[in-house]
Amino acid sequence: MRFVARRLGFYLVAAWAAITINFFIPRLMPGNPVAALLGKYQGLPPDSARTLEVEFGIGHQGTLLHQYWIYLGNLFQGNLGVSSSQYPEKVTTVIGQVLPWTLALVGTATVIAFLLGTLLGIFAAWRRGGWLDQSLPVATFMQATPYFFVGLAAIEVLSVKLGVFPYGGGSAIGLSPGFNWTFLSSAFNHSVLPATTIIITSFAGWMLTMRNVMITTIGEDYVLAAQAKGLPRRRIIFSYAARNAILPNIAGFSLAIGYVVAGALLTEYVFSYPGIGLMLYNAVTSDDYPLTQGIFLVISLAILLACLLADAVYVLADPRARTRGSA
Amino acid sequence: MSVAVTLEPPPAAQAALPRGRGRWAALPLKAKIGFAILGLYVLIAIFGPTLAPHDPSATKIVTQAAAPSFSHLLGTTSFGQDLLSQVLVGIRSTIVLGLLAATIATVLAVLVGVTAGYVGGAVDELLMLVTNIFLVLPALPLLIVILGYLPHTGEIATAIVLSALGWAWGARVIRAQTLALRNRDYVAAARETGERAWRIIAFEIIPNEVSLIAAGFIGVALYAILTSVALAFLGLTDVNSWSIGVVLYWAQSQGALELGAWWWWAIPGVLVALLGMSLVLINYGLDELGNPRLRETGGRVDDRGHVILRGRGARVQIVRLRRRRQRHTAVTDPTPVVIEARP
Repeated sequence: MRFVARRLGFYLVAAWAAITINFFIPRLMPGNPVAALLGKYQGLPPDSARTLEVEFGIGHQGTLLHQYWIYLGNLFQGNLGVSSSQYPEKVTTVIGQVLPWTLALVGTATVIAFLLGTLLGIFAAWRRGGWLDQSLPVATFMQATPYFFVGLAAIEVLSVKLGVFPYGGGSAIGLSPGFNWTFLSSAFNHSVLPATTIIITSFAGWMLTMRNVMITTIGEDYVLAAQAKGLPRRRIIFSYAARNAILPNIAGFSLAIGYVVAGALLTEYVFSYPGIGLMLYNAVTSDDYPLTQGIFLVISLAILLACLLADAVYVLADPRARTRGSA
Repeated sequence: MSVAVTLEPPPAAQAALPRGRGRWAALPLKAKIGFAILGLYVLIAIFGPTLAPHDPSATKIVTQAAAPSFSHLLGTTSFGQDLLSQVLVGIRSTIVLGLLAATIATVLAVLVGVTAGYVGGAVDELLMLVTNIFLVLPALPLLIVILGYLPHTGEIATAIVLSALGWAWGARVIRAQTLALRNRDYVAAARETGERAWRIIAFEIIPNEVSLIAAGFIGVALYAILTSVALAFLGLTDVNSWSIGVVLYWAQSQGALELGAWWWWAIPGVLVALLGMSLVLINYGLDELGNPRLRETGGRVDDRGHVILRGRGARVQIVRLRRRRQRHTAVTDPTPVVIEARP
């Protein structure tokens, strides 16, 4: 119980830290979204600058402490301000528009990469020195490759040269999102390439962890006992060796789920995919502080939540972690 | 009733290493290849700018980007700039940035990790709280936000920001190892003889963490290089001073893909991948050195899971069935293993 309370306490402090960093970033940086907006729409009346400052919540009125209180108050009401680059959209609306794209693309890709990597890791460890195990260095190479390079290569070969898959955007231009066949099939076609590149570059990490841990569990006496009993091989692999080796991967997976919300920024940039990562990039490059802050906050909190989930999974799955907690 | 016993991660293997030339011979093949490639890059970083045949920024009026040829070995950009020169000049900045960030982060990690582990108590709690907060902050988005708003980010500023977000994992690993070492007999003996705390830390503890520190250094260097290339590619650093990422930025922004100028983005991309791979290979090599179970079998495995070594004239049965007192965990999970022991 003390353990749980401590962890919860930690996440509260971490959340506070993320919120506070978020508060200070635009205040420490040069540049000004109001100036950016005024520059974009020439000919606004001079007093509109003041109005906009208030609206963005960046007006430097009152002491820093006072601003901090207002910021916290707004946050708890779910008010993240108004985006300056997508003016007059609310930040929450903009995030709501891009988040589903990211969740669908990066979420699916993460799940597939996890399953694929874990399975391959199991087989590589079981057949130690077999062809799958020997091919690990190739997978390693993919891990060390800059992601966008894989993305560019995929676009060059499959999209520009062969024209198998479209690239750019989340669906064909002019389609509005909805549950109809035209939109869904177009969105699927546009997501195959980015999803594949994410999987290719990330499955090796899962595979390696799984293989390394499983090599350790295969050496345990209970696996030998299972073999001696004459249990079917499949049962030994999955119910004995893999089951005890999968813990680090499961914990990693719950973390990865949190990072799904962060989006695959480079993927979305290279493929011009309308997700939260690309939106963060656009917000930063167009000095849109409220939107930047909002997206960063959503990402931070999602990751904290995922860490909490990872902790919970660990405690539920591993009796030793429970002992550690009570000791 | 059960008692929780903490087994530290496998003690660093450097103790078993012979000195001098034997040290290189003892390295796994992976690490040798990695060091060789990395050495090549370091040479280019030192001599590259002098070897560059052209000024990397000098433009020529050309109709289109030229493919690799004898006058331009790696081809040109669509401004007629020589790509070989850009790459030769750019590697220096990429390497320097990676090593600088890795050095700062490693120093931070050692300071925080050793202090937390050795001093313990409230200091430990506080330092680990800060470390864990840095671990859960989303690094890439935060980097993009910070670097996007800093005007004209130079190499040093980028390296500092990168290392500020990259030290936390190393600090945690080093703290765990320090905790384990602190309770060893030889450290207790040193303490009894009245050695000062800094001396114990500098001469008894840190030398036994060298392999962990080295692995952490390589890890941060890899992260710093890949991230800085990505940030430059996104145009968030100074795009007028050459690095491999900047070459890629211009390739992307000038539409090298649409122009079919594959050499413009593929060659710098492969160069980064090779550099990254050399670091990964070194780290795997160091892992195998420290964890014998991961070592290359160099042969095949038969049905019973016995390893048959080739070329040494003997069937060697790896003693994998023997009970091992020290359970090695994979180095990828460096947290101490907790097992239950009957009193």
